[in-house]
Amino acid sequence: MKSKPYMNPYAAGFLLGLVLLATIYITGRGLGASGAFKSVTVETVKTVAPNHHASSEFYSSYEESNPGGPLKSWLFWEVLGVFVGAFISALLSNRINLRMERGPNVTHRVRVAAAVLGGALFGFGSQFGRGCTSGSALSGMAVMSFGGIITMLAIFGSAYMLAYFFRNLWINRG
Amino acid sequence: MGPLVPEVISNEFNLMIAFIIGIGFGYVLEQGGFSSTRKLAGLFYGYDFTVLRVFFTAGVTAMVGVLLLSHFNLLNIELIYVNPTFLWSALIGGGIMGAGFIIGGFCPGTSVCAAAAGRLDAMFFLGGSFLGIFAFTELYPYLKDIYFAESWGAVKINVFLGLSKEVFAVILTLVAIGAFVGVRFIEDRVNGKETKFDSEKFKSRFAMAAVPVIVILFTSIAPSADEIIGNQVNAKLSNNNYNYNKITVDNLISELLNKNNQYNLIDLRSKEEYKKSHIPLAINIPFDQIKNYEWENYFTQKFKTNIFYSDNVEEAKRAYLFAEYLGDAKRALLTEPISTYFAEVNPQKSNAALNNDAVINWRVESHQELIEKEKFLSKFSAPVKKKVLKIKGGCS
Repeated sequence: MKSKPYMNPYAAGFLLGLVLLATIYITGRGLGASGAFKSVTVETVKTVAPNHHASSEFYSSYEESNPGGPLKSWLFWEVLGVFVGAFISALLSNRINLRMERGPNVTHRVRVAAAVLGGALFGFGSQFGRGCTSGSALSGMAVMSFGGIITMLAIFGSAYMLAYFFRNLWINRG
Repeated sequence: MGPLVPEVISNEFNLMIAFIIGIGFGYVLEQGGFSSTRKLAGLFYGYDFTVLRVFFTAGVTAMVGVLLLSHFNLLNIELIYVNPTFLWSALIGGGIMGAGFIIGGFCPGTSVCAAAAGRLDAMFFLGGSFLGIFAFTELYPYLKDIYFAESWGAVKINVFLGLSKEVFAVILTLVAIGAFVGVRFIEDRVNGKETKFDSEKFKSRFAMAAVPVIVILFTSIAPSADEIIGNQVNAKLSNNNYNYNKITVDNLISELLNKNNQYNLIDLRSKEEYKKSHIPLAINIPFDQIKNYEWENYFTQKFKTNIFYSDNVEEAKRAYLFAEYLGDAKRALLTEPISTYFAEVNPQKSNAALNNDAVINWRVESHQELIEKEKFLSKFSAPVKKKVLKIKGGCS
């Protein structure tokens, strides 16, 4: 079966804006993603190396401000929802497909390495940025946060500056 | 008034809300094309600007929505979470995330969407982001200084730029619209397509783009809920026949003596004046703070009558009238300024009718009794302020 086309981007953006607005209205906070990963990371450390967890300054202060682990974390539940919502959407549009998406001249191995490296950089950077594209950039824009908006500019600015060097990952060299 | 958490919706139920919101978020992201890494990367090579369109439209929609809701007092923007600014950390973090974006082809939220649709590369990206976060948490002692450097607090960009919220919102909207037009040309050029001009489409697009601008202008022109309330209060204030629930000094004294627990006596003067002297048992809510969140319970409770007084009766009247909009609590107005009260309870100055010693004595003694009562009660109760709840947000 052929997959359905994507939604009109402006319509999707409007709906996404409404989701964000509803989030702010109901909970007083914005959307996010990387915070959920962090919560899981910290919980994993706690389970695997409890002594290290207890002695490290970072983990203990995180535990203090976010007690209860992922199951008490707002963002963890939100990201679980994202997974379910995206799955429903992909299912309804026939886009579920176990495969790798990559640039035209890229081998599977390179794509995997790039994905892991990119993920690691994004994860690392999101800690400095106190949130990623969702929590810092998008949600920050909605509430006119200076920090959120400069983080957004830095993300996209840096990606544009580096795009030339990584063009082989994404486009055919003409 | 929003936000609904934690007043209307409990923190526990909030987790359920998070899940439901997440479903909406994930659904829209996937429908918008954010689960496709090539679509995401297209933004940086000019062949597909879908992400920019979705992202910017969403940001403007939510921002305009926040303006509109707060204009009608439906959302208290003093309470919502505003991401704090740590200048270096934000710039460094953004820079590293940008590198992660162009190399990995996702951001954390979109990688979850793509993984849900079965994209293997997204699953690797997800795994990588855990490693990256782990690296940060382990290296934290070395990164801490820069992480907290240049802490500016929750600065808003319009304040930073010295603009009003509305002006900034219009500028951002126009930038977004400009970008939408510009990327159409870039996209067509990169993809070797000719940019066609369709006047019918142009009209409808133009109309849609005008909507957010009109809404923002509306919020800056139309009277806000506060202004409307202010006008109604002024109208009642200038109406000489308006029927206040009045109470006299003598009434007040006897009510406080006999059933003080049925009243909140509210002193509207400044903190300093209140400290210097006040009617015994009064609590202090300075007039300009009457709207503050911490006092909300006094105006919404159903059991006690709020009695307002000040050093000028007009201000007390204003507070009395305004309180109607803050909640359903019963109201009463001390028709004399506080100076009258102190004159009446002073044996030398009291101008009691007929100079009746018995009345004067009663007032003076009662005043002392009220002072004793206040001393005694102060051991048990201080004014109950509502705590301003810190809403947690962001991703930390």
